[in-house]
Amino acid sequence: MSDMHWFVLVSTVAAALAIAIGIIFPAIAMGRAITQALEALSRQPEAEKSITRTLFIGLAMIESLAIYVLVIVLIILFRNPLLEYLLK
Amino acid sequence: MEAASVAFSLGGLRINSTVVTTWGILLAFGMSCWLATRRLSVDNPGLVQTALEGVVQSIEAAIEGVLPGRAGLLLPFVGTLWLFVAVANLTGIVPGLHAPTGNLSTGAALACLVFVSVHWFGIRSEGLKNYLRHYLVPSPILLPFHLLGEFSRTIALAMRLFGNIMSLEMAALLVLLVAGLLVPVPVLMLHIVEALVQAYIFGTLALIYIAGGMQSHAAAEHSKAPSSNNTKGSSP
Repeated sequence: MSDMHWFVLVSTVAAALAIAIGIIFPAIAMGRAITQALEALSRQPEAEKSITRTLFIGLAMIESLAIYVLVIVLIILFRNPLLEYLLK
Repeated sequence: MEAASVAFSLGGLRINSTVVTTWGILLAFGMSCWLATRRLSVDNPGLVQTALEGVVQSIEAAIEGVLPGRAGLLLPFVGTLWLFVAVANLTGIVPGLHAPTGNLSTGAALACLVFVSVHWFGIRSEGLKNYLRHYLVPSPILLPFHLLGEFSRTIALAMRLFGNIMSLEMAALLVLLVAGLLVPVPVLMLHIVEALVQAYIFGTLALIYIAGGMQSHAAAEHSKAPSSNNTKGSSP
């Protein structure tokens, strides 16, 4: 196989693996955060507003990790800067 | 990650479709506000006025929850962020239009505004000396981490909005390529929910960053006298 074939194959596999593994841990973290928030909510229903706000912000923080993975994967797939070494 | 298509060029300056859509949203906002506030009355409020008051009041209540007593100061900026980002995200559903927030430049511009306004509101409410002192609290060793946090959270703010909205549009496009007529509809419903949630998160994070800058002094006072009862904005 030529270099280009290898490049396409490896970057596709790397992108799929990266998004798969990179989503697992944010998903676990989000699940834990939501569980804890629900527990806190059932103990203190009157604190609903501040719990919801803090939960959303925490989820946004965790979610941005998954977004970083997505951005890296998109860079690998569409704008790989290493490709120009191959095309020279 | 595709570059936004060029709509037209203005004397060598290429204006892309993102900028045009943003101008359109701004124009629509301005026009609707002008139309809605032409005939305001206290005794006999119309339907539109009541709706607008509801929107403003709920934004004010949300700000009041984070920063009690200072809602009037932050209402123009944070309220504008909330409304603009929500409408900009939702334009992605309109056929033929792309959400301007799906371009990294829009998110970066909004995040820069938030970055500047954190310092602006912080210095305005605390005074320059007190504001700068909060970088040295609790210990001057933490100064590099404070500075690093300022920049990384700004970049994260821009990245989060861009990544979410762009990936939503891309997901809808991919589903459309795979399956035909009615399958993308649930994805578009998800688009609406996600657009509103992202707008909420963007505005709330901006609000909390600003509150963290404004309350640095109050927080120090608070630790000395634990009797006062204010909600402290958590700064990550």
